[in-house]
Amino acid sequence: MKLRLTLAFLAAFHAAVLFAAFLAPYHYAEQHRDYPFAPPTRIHFTDAAGRFHPRPFVYAIAQDTPGGDFREDPARLYPIHFLVHGRLFGVAAPGVLFIWGSDAFGRDVFSRVLYGGQVSLLTGLVAAFLSLSLGLLWGTLAGFYGGWVDRLLMRGGELFLALPWLYLLLAVRAFLPLHISTTQAFFLLVAIIGAVGWVRPARIVRHVDLNARERGFVLAARGFGANGPYLMRRHILPLTWSVVLTQATVLIPRYILAEVTLSFLGLGVGEPVPSWGNMLAEARQYHTLIAHPWMLAPGLATIPLLFAYLTLADILLERPAPNGTAQPTGKP
Amino acid sequence: MKYAARRLLHSLLLLAGVSILSFLFADLAPGDFFSEMRLQPGVDAQTVAALRARQGLDRPLPLRYAAWLASMARGEFGHSLAYNSAVGPLLAQRIPGTLLLTATATLLAWLLAIPLGVWSAARRGTWRDSILKVILSILLSIPELLLAIIFLAIAVETAWFPVGGMHAPGAESLPAPDRFRDTLRHLAIPVLVLVLGMAPVLVRHVRSAVAETMDSPFALAARAQGIPRRRLFFRHLLPAALNPLISLFGFSLGTLLSASLLVEVLVGWPGLGPLFLEAIMARDFALVLGVVMSSTTLLIAGNLVADLLLYRADPRIHTS
Repeated sequence: MKLRLTLAFLAAFHAAVLFAAFLAPYHYAEQHRDYPFAPPTRIHFTDAAGRFHPRPFVYAIAQDTPGGDFREDPARLYPIHFLVHGRLFGVAAPGVLFIWGSDAFGRDVFSRVLYGGQVSLLTGLVAAFLSLSLGLLWGTLAGFYGGWVDRLLMRGGELFLALPWLYLLLAVRAFLPLHISTTQAFFLLVAIIGAVGWVRPARIVRHVDLNARERGFVLAARGFGANGPYLMRRHILPLTWSVVLTQATVLIPRYILAEVTLSFLGLGVGEPVPSWGNMLAEARQYHTLIAHPWMLAPGLATIPLLFAYLTLADILLERPAPNGTAQPTGKP
Repeated sequence: MKYAARRLLHSLLLLAGVSILSFLFADLAPGDFFSEMRLQPGVDAQTVAALRARQGLDRPLPLRYAAWLASMARGEFGHSLAYNSAVGPLLAQRIPGTLLLTATATLLAWLLAIPLGVWSAARRGTWRDSILKVILSILLSIPELLLAIIFLAIAVETAWFPVGGMHAPGAESLPAPDRFRDTLRHLAIPVLVLVLGMAPVLVRHVRSAVAETMDSPFALAARAQGIPRRRLFFRHLLPAALNPLISLFGFSLGTLLSASLLVEVLVGWPGLGPLFLEAIMARDFALVLGVVMSSTTLLIAGNLVADLLLYRADPRIHTS
């Protein structure tokens, strides 16, 4: 039950981000220069005269003075239309609809959080895939064949673990060019984050393989003359799936945070493409944050996502391991 | 003693490995400090080549590594191009900052985690335990970055705690007790963020480690003897659950140092973090390497301490 709920929530979250172009009322780069730092738009059902509208609407907003507070103009109201211009909802042109407020350039924060999630989530997913592939490859080779491959893995891995994780990430980033295009930055991020984190999954996979090698059915298959690749494909790899899955639920949220951190520090994906990290960087000035708390939205969006991944990881870790394989616990 | 010597040698080898790997990697990477300079008009290729030659950057890799080792022996750790000074003194200024911050945070986090963990293990399966579990999960899901931003804004808005740096301006002239109090007040926000980030993980591990010992026969026997609960948990169960926790202490240091980097940058704490970021932005290789080596040394030293503690705590290691 808990597992299903968590999975459903994660699926919905990822789908919302995936279909940002449909769900978001604006494009991420669309600017409304007359509406800097507009607060979240209020959606009404009854107008100033007390009449009820079955279709929700918003009032026009305007500042009394530049930099002043926004006020609603009850004379002009704009009904919210659904399924217009290929988007789920929106209002007609002079009206604006910022359900989570707008940023310094009058860009819709809600839309940018959805679009920004594409960069952040995709980085997390692809980098985790990369780490797990590397880990699975090397861990299997080391665990199954042992010998120098194993020693190289263990000794080489130690070098990677000797550095605090964020220092390692930044050190690798330090040697790569600073000024690059957004696409390059994205692939660079994925490669760095993914390549830096392969050691732990590799060690865990190795551990599972070392145990599996001595299991009765593997020895039996070997006795019947099965060769290495066959044994690995047919008997060893299926045993590692459950730990790989668990590792994925641990790594993905961590890598999403890594992207957020790097972009926040200006070492990741840059403007105008939004990512949760570079959006949060705008909220870093405390006066911005105090006056416009909705700028925290990208940071707050990570909380339910991380919570769901964490719950999923806990459920998977608590689950009894299949056919008695000892599941090594993930180390912090 | 022999064990300690072996672990120490292992740590030194690791450090050497990290430095060699960093040199190799930097050699493969495109661009350096001077390639940013090439972007300026009026700086031609010859000037840059001459500057590189003067810094000895055109020498082959083994020679540069040997030169770096020699300068490390002098305590210089290479020459920072951005600061135009030796790296060693720059690091020496910053390491105490990071040490103070992380040591305080570690101490507080463990002081909080052990009683809380034991408390919830003792109430395993009750509603209080479940509530604590939910609170911990929520805390774990809040990125430290977000915590730091929010606490900073609150601190500035309410002026309860000073923000930025480690001392108030002019703190040097204050008498010692006031200076101490001033530093403590500056520590509050970064330590709070680090403890909130770290303690939930620790509590969960303490809880599971203690809960595991609760099921062992000696715990049942002790309970049957009528040993009071508090004494049972803190004198009998906790020591038996200590091993995984000591290992955890070593592992958690890496996470803590990483979180500390971010928090230092955010609150402007004079630690290794801000220095590292500056070095990266300036493409100052010697300084990057210096910070990498310092942070690695801190982590390895912490792990060494954990290993030796484990050796003291668990006689089984003596025989293996």
